[in-house]
Amino acid sequence: MPLLEINKDLCTGCGACVDACPFGALKLVDNVAVVDDQCTACGACLDVCPVEALSLPERPAAAAEGLAAYQGVWVWVEQFQGQACGISWEMLGQGRKLADQRKATLTACVLGHNAEHIAKEAIAYGADRVFWVDDPTLAVYRTQPYATTLVNLVRQYRPEIFLLGASSRGRDLAGSVATELYTGLTADCTGLDIDLEKGLLRQTRPAFGGNIMATIICPNYRPQMSTVRHRVFEMPVADMARQGQIIAVKPNLTEEQIATRVVDFITEQGQVNLADAKIIISGGRGVGGPEGFKPIQELAEALGGAVGSSRAAVDAGWIPYAHQVGQTGRTVRPDLYIACGISGAVQHLAGMGTAKVIVAINKDPEAPIFGVANYGIVGDLFQIVPALTEQFRKKLHK
Amino acid sequence: MNIIVCIKQVPDTTEVKINPETGTLIREGVPSIVNPFDTYAIEEGLRLKEKFGGKVTVISMGPPQANEALKEAVAMGADEAILLSDRAFAGSDTWATAYTLSQAIRKLGAFDLILCGKQAIDGDTGQVGPGIARQLDIPQLTYVFKIQKLDPETRSVSVERLLEEGREVVETHLPALLTVVKDINQPRYPTFLGIRRATKMQIPVWGAADLDNTDAEKLGLKGSPTQVVKVFSPPKREGKVEMIQGESPEETASMLADKLMAEKVI
Repeated sequence: MPLLEINKDLCTGCGACVDACPFGALKLVDNVAVVDDQCTACGACLDVCPVEALSLPERPAAAAEGLAAYQGVWVWVEQFQGQACGISWEMLGQGRKLADQRKATLTACVLGHNAEHIAKEAIAYGADRVFWVDDPTLAVYRTQPYATTLVNLVRQYRPEIFLLGASSRGRDLAGSVATELYTGLTADCTGLDIDLEKGLLRQTRPAFGGNIMATIICPNYRPQMSTVRHRVFEMPVADMARQGQIIAVKPNLTEEQIATRVVDFITEQGQVNLADAKIIISGGRGVGGPEGFKPIQELAEALGGAVGSSRAAVDAGWIPYAHQVGQTGRTVRPDLYIACGISGAVQHLAGMGTAKVIVAINKDPEAPIFGVANYGIVGDLFQIVPALTEQFRKKLHK
Repeated sequence: MNIIVCIKQVPDTTEVKINPETGTLIREGVPSIVNPFDTYAIEEGLRLKEKFGGKVTVISMGPPQANEALKEAVAMGADEAILLSDRAFAGSDTWATAYTLSQAIRKLGAFDLILCGKQAIDGDTGQVGPGIARQLDIPQLTYVFKIQKLDPETRSVSVERLLEEGREVVETHLPALLTVVKDINQPRYPTFLGIRRATKMQIPVWGAADLDNTDAEKLGLKGSPTQVVKVFSPPKREGKVEMIQGESPEETASMLADKLMAEKVI
């Protein structure tokens, strides 16, 4: 029951739509295009049809005057144990550009307890205004009090664009806030820009395990909300002399009204934050066992990087799941990714394919990982990796 | 324990190939599977049922063939299944999907727990779980790595959530919605009896008209705030791999180290 309508009288059977469909939902039968249930109503075929034989149902038109009341770009500043997360500053950097293009102000929303320094940092990183909500109920992130506070702020001050980090907390929070506000939310954006003609936020994101990219808009609802991937946008330079306004806001809920309690936080020894890591050294099946991660750990330490792994090594029980990079693990975007003994299955590539520089070390010269790598070494990782550690120790401490 | 598991049928994205000439996805012959993260949700639901009694109901929204995914869940041991399928649901984004699923859950009546996978491997948004929780006004615990304790008497649950910096232990009351990550369990295989039951089962199909007090304006394409305007192939990684081969591992390592330092990534 696809939504796409095909006017069989107009269709010339040229097949342009068949090639354009990213989902393989169209084919030619007796020289006329037909569509099946794979159709997601994405509209990719509409533009390529030379005779305008294809159409999708009309969407309700925007209440333009209502939308104009929404102005400015907002960023949620995520904090953990009193420290702001880097992704928040990256978003303020990009948010600044979007706000300038829209000739609007940039606002940071800082929620927490006894962390007013974060509000000041937000101004240094580009915010014109900070909503600072300080309360014991907000000391540790919880969905309900955070979402309620943000929903109320949005309803009162009406931002046009609202960005949150695509971290575990950011995705948890954004999904709740957008649902309550009844507005569009685009996950995991790797591109954000303004359509200068319509003034809309164009949100680009990977889908299908990174096999396709989609650009998404939210024309009729406000704010236009996105979660933004780590390390996609550049970290702006902090200017501590920058001036801005800090507005203290009262929280909306008391502790008794909140349904969840955070009772503990467990960090493993050597726990790594893969999402923020600039350098990741990963091991796969080729490391052969838990002790095989030792040289990888040593190289990571020498470079100040984090240890990642392929699914194979996690499934074998050699390293905890928290280290897994790939489709069913974490998506990472480091400056340097060194894959040791990882063959490079599609699922793994989906998680690290956008790293700036990829190095592959593998015994098998035919391993697919060499297809995405910038540098490749065919050889025994147990010889190469310790030698690399040694070389970096020498060269970096000269 | 009355447990509801929301699942999605997805194309096995790992089997998707790109047509090198047109740069588009070749979907032909790509098998449909139960979203891998949802299989962990099904398994967790079945384990809780085995421990506390009750039933597991799986629901899915999708085209008619999505009933195959529901049958797979039944073959694993789910008691009941509902398919939400209607032309009125087509073109739903995450907002409209969460709304439709939550309307169906309301119709199912009282429940203790809703389980979802942390995200689907085709859309990768992770937004539908939180959306359902908000629609139903119940607590959400996302990225659950382990259920530490669940007490149907005191109606409380405590879980470990897998976050970037470590694992957070959180407790809340029932009913609640949990989204689960891969490490929570090892999903079982369907049993012979389960497959037989699933083959025979007539899975009820609910359309828009079957959902009570539902605003038709909030369904499908019409109810979806987001709109896809362009779909394209991701930019290819530029250049070819440069193979490095010295006379000895030391020399190879030294050559690579120099290259990486020149790239300024270290």
